Amino acid sequence: MGNKQTTFTDEQLEAFQDCTFFTRKEILRLHGRYRELAPHLVPLDYTNNPDIRVPLTLITSMPELKENPFRDRIVETFSEDGQGNLSFNDFVDMFSALCETSPRELKTIYAFKIYDFNRDNFICKVDLEKMLNKLTKGELTPEEVTLVCDKAVEEADLDGDSKLSFADFENMVSKAPDFLSSGST
Amino acid sequence: MPPRRKNNAAVKVEDVGFEVDAIDSGSEDEARKRSKNRRAKPQRRAKQVSDDEEDEEDEDEAPRKRGRKKKAKPRDSDEDDEDEDKRSVKRKASKASRRRAAKDESDDESEEDREKRKRGGEATSKKGKEEQNKEKKGNGKRKEGKDKDGEKDKKKKNGRMNSSSSSSSESEEESLSEGEMAALKEEVEEKKKLIATLRNKPWRMKRRLVLLKEAQEFVEKFEGALGKGKGRKLYAYKVMMAKKLIKFKRDFENFKTACIPWERKIKDVESHFGSSVASYFIFLRWMYGLNLVLFGFMFGLVVLPEILMGLPYGSIPRKTVPREEQPTAMDYSVLFDFGGFCKYSFLFYGFYNNERTMGVLQFRLPLSYLLVGVGIFGYSLMVVIRTMARNANEGGDGAEEGDFTFSWKMFTSWDYLIGNPETADNKFASITTSFKESIVDEQENQKDENIHLRRFLRVLANVMILCCLGGSGYLIYFVVKRSQEFAEMKTENLSWLEKNEVEFVMSLLGLVCPPLFETIAELEDYHPRIALKWQLGRIFALFLGNLYTFLFALFDEVNAKLEREKSIKNDTEWLLNQYYSNYSSHFNTTDVPPPNADPADVVRGPCWETGVGIEFVKLIVSDMQVTYLTILIGDFLRAVIVRFLNYCWCWDLEAGFPSYGEFDISGNVLGLVFNQGMIWMGAFYAPGLVGLNVLRLLTSMYYQCWAVMSCNVPHERVFKASRSNNFYMGLLLLVLFLSLLPVVYTIMTLPPSFDCGPFSGQEKMYDVVMETIEQDLPAFIGNIFTYATNPGLIMPAVLLMLLALYYLNALSKGYQQANIDLKKKMQMARDEEKNRRNNKDSTNQVMKDLEDLLPNKSLMPPPTEDEPPPPGNVVVEKGSKSPKTKPGAAGKGVNLQKDVSLAAPNPRGPVTRAPGPRGGPHGNARGPQPGPGRGRGRGGPR
Repeated sequence: MGNKQTTFTDEQLEAFQDCTFFTRKEILRLHGRYRELAPHLVPLDYTNNPDIRVPLTLITSMPELKENPFRDRIVETFSEDGQGNLSFNDFVDMFSALCETSPRELKTIYAFKIYDFNRDNFICKVDLEKMLNKLTKGELTPEEVTLVCDKAVEEADLDGDSKLSFADFENMVSKAPDFLSSGST
Repeated sequence: MPPRRKNNAAVKVEDVGFEVDAIDSGSEDEARKRSKNRRAKPQRRAKQVSDDEEDEEDEDEAPRKRGRKKKAKPRDSDEDDEDEDKRSVKRKASKASRRRAAKDESDDESEEDREKRKRGGEATSKKGKEEQNKEKKGNGKRKEGKDKDGEKDKKKKNGRMNSSSSSSSESEEESLSEGEMAALKEEVEEKKKLIATLRNKPWRMKRRLVLLKEAQEFVEKFEGALGKGKGRKLYAYKVMMAKKLIKFKRDFENFKTACIPWERKIKDVESHFGSSVASYFIFLRWMYGLNLVLFGFMFGLVVLPEILMGLPYGSIPRKTVPREEQPTAMDYSVLFDFGGFCKYSFLFYGFYNNERTMGVLQFRLPLSYLLVGVGIFGYSLMVVIRTMARNANEGGDGAEEGDFTFSWKMFTSWDYLIGNPETADNKFASITTSFKESIVDEQENQKDENIHLRRFLRVLANVMILCCLGGSGYLIYFVVKRSQEFAEMKTENLSWLEKNEVEFVMSLLGLVCPPLFETIAELEDYHPRIALKWQLGRIFALFLGNLYTFLFALFDEVNAKLEREKSIKNDTEWLLNQYYSNYSSHFNTTDVPPPNADPADVVRGPCWETGVGIEFVKLIVSDMQVTYLTILIGDFLRAVIVRFLNYCWCWDLEAGFPSYGEFDISGNVLGLVFNQGMIWMGAFYAPGLVGLNVLRLLTSMYYQCWAVMSCNVPHERVFKASRSNNFYMGLLLLVLFLSLLPVVYTIMTLPPSFDCGPFSGQEKMYDVVMETIEQDLPAFIGNIFTYATNPGLIMPAVLLMLLALYYLNALSKGYQQANIDLKKKMQMARDEEKNRRNNKDSTNQVMKDLEDLLPNKSLMPPPTEDEPPPPGNVVVEKGSKSPKTKPGAAGKGVNLQKDVSLAAPNPRGPVTRAPGPRGGPHGNARGPQPGPGRGRGRGGPR
């Protein structure tokens, strides 16, 4: 940022660059965005790694996530406490995973976590139904929802336990022509 | 959680390997020996480590110790600690000689242990992992050794291990400091690799940061320790340079991303309109980059040399406006048609001089002109194909369509780039519709009531569109013919419309036909995606037809001009001869000065190249005008009217009839592609065209960005740009090829004008190349060239190429087949895995026995612990092996890293279970997982 006060030490920036797909400038911009969310909470000076978390409601109000039907799940997935409160580390992590340059495999992993609503490490029919209702804003009839969920499980489930494990999910997604979930900073 | 899977996979592989071994030998005895062997090996290894450390200590004891005590290097101390742990145990068992030292060290290390325990879980788990890795390595070594040695050797080795492991390892100690060095080096390499790939791991940022720090410190510490004496200095220097290089690379990377223009603008558009619209702008940006390079070639190698080193304006006829045109040469209307001064400027072919070399640099302009003209095609071809190949590599491995209709719709339909409520609403709606569509498809797959009517309508539509295409082609031909007639007439009698008829008609056709096609396509009632493809194909055909008609008409014109030129050439030669004979007879001298005429008065030919160049430039300019005007009127004016007239109108304009415009992706992309095609074709005849195009793309970027953001609404059916980028590229490639044809044809067959352009005086344009070869290059190259162009050589070459093509084709088919087979095999392996997991208790009796034989089975935690811990706890890392565990006793195998998941973040350790026991009822062991993490071969972070 253009401020005279330093936000990060060089070392921190280097470390962030090593750990994410961002350049120095982007990390600073991310910090700016993060600070915008809660200016009274987040200090400008991050050199001593303050332990600050921004609540879910603020994060989801970002324009990148505002319209996303899975915004709550995304934030929850990336928050360390599972409640959707993001520290700056989590915040950077989230955008790094969602950015264009991150590899497909990483995205697949996180996507699986996001779609796993009840966090049992399987995408079961309950998850699918929730997902479908979010995707269509509940405009499908319950029968249709059940049909679609059944069909989806039938297609992707390889081991016949009528829920999707990560292997199933990965197998399915790796064949999808346009699985790109990118986010902008 | 995925890392766990991966690790499981690694375990599986090992297990399988082991299983096979066990079956081979078949005896429990063997298995037991092996397990002992396994136990012994890491110890030996550890011993080596410690030994080496002692060596180092001998060298410089003080710094070492300091280093060890330093708490700031946790990683390293862990390492030592653990090694020493093992070693001290070993020592006790073997009662070796250096007991005192060991005690010293164990004191040391117990102190450290305490400190480390304070540091908590992070380090603990890390340690566990390290050990596991070591374990793995040990295994690997063991296996290798076994493979190499015969059965006998193995037995001997085992025996040795059993009886006097201590002595054998003692003996190895002396010789192995080098090997140790290698191991350390390997470790450092691994750490480096970890640093490089850290960003690809699905771990929490906090953990990544900690790991990064540790790895960096480790590398820093041990990199210096490697190498001795002089070598050390060199090594340190190397390391420093490597660091500098990395830093430089990173800076360069930062710089590069900073150089990519319009990133935020495009992101903005993307979030408002979805990725499909953004893909157009990305394509536009890509095109801009390509044209910048072409511009660089053209201006750097052709235009600038001629301007700087060539003769100035007015010095020779080709650089001078003829006398009869001079009064109007600066008129705006003339300049606007690229006549007058424009025609005789560096923008066009005719301006360039045919001097073989010029200036102090002896710059060969004609050669450079030809090479740049051809090189532009070569470069474009290369870039387009490379981009296409890169795009093709991305994305899925092209699964069978229809296998995953619903799942794909579910998991991949949302466009994560959408940040605008309106777009999001549209997206929701379109997803719902698509779901409904596929539900309906699913329910009634073969319900097509009035198939005859539909077929009839489709045929009708196609006939109509063909009529349109034919009509437009004829119209253009007619207009171009007429324009030639007009060109014969005096320019004063012609109206503006008559002069610009060709461009006008072409632009009009491009404007009217696409909507017409769209209307006709309504008849066909295709699925929208198929309809879009048809639409694109038809517009493409229209543009192509128009372009080629235009070209053919142009060729007619060129031929006419060539005829005229021939007579003019004869006339001038005759005049010249007459002048010479008159002069020599008059003054009775043979040394005749050239005719002393003003360059503006010299009789000159029509210079067909410049004519063609002007046609292209005019076409581009009028195309640009039409595009911009369309945006201004069709989008902006419409938006203004709809917005402000809505207050006083009888129906809702915004929701009702005119509404706001949508961004027409297909039309815009095709427009861009064809524009580029014309640039490629015209660049040879009008070097300035490339510069013009760069300007055009630049303005159009800003203009269209503004227009789309201010006066367009998102598409009703927001569809994703799924690999359509390659579709654009394919179109571009086709157009590139089609525009290559006429240019190469003219270069190879038509004679250049005799009095203008860089090739004047040559029979054919490519003669400059021959001339250069003959005159400027050594004779033998010329010889080689003559041989090379000999038909006797070319025919075999062509044949050879055909053969190579055939061979490669066959090869690729073979690979395809292999691919399919592999896929099948993978599927089978998965099924087998499934089966095995489902009834693992009953099947593998051997493995069960093996498992029973494992010492201290009780130490292995029950499998339920392998389930993910409840979400919410932040850093729960239980290396199942506490630092206190006596490693010697339990067989180092039973190292179970806790489960890894994102919800309950423990995504670190490679779970490398004991190599021996398989079938530990882990419900989640899957088939091999390709992934960002480590496979078995890569070895995790240690």
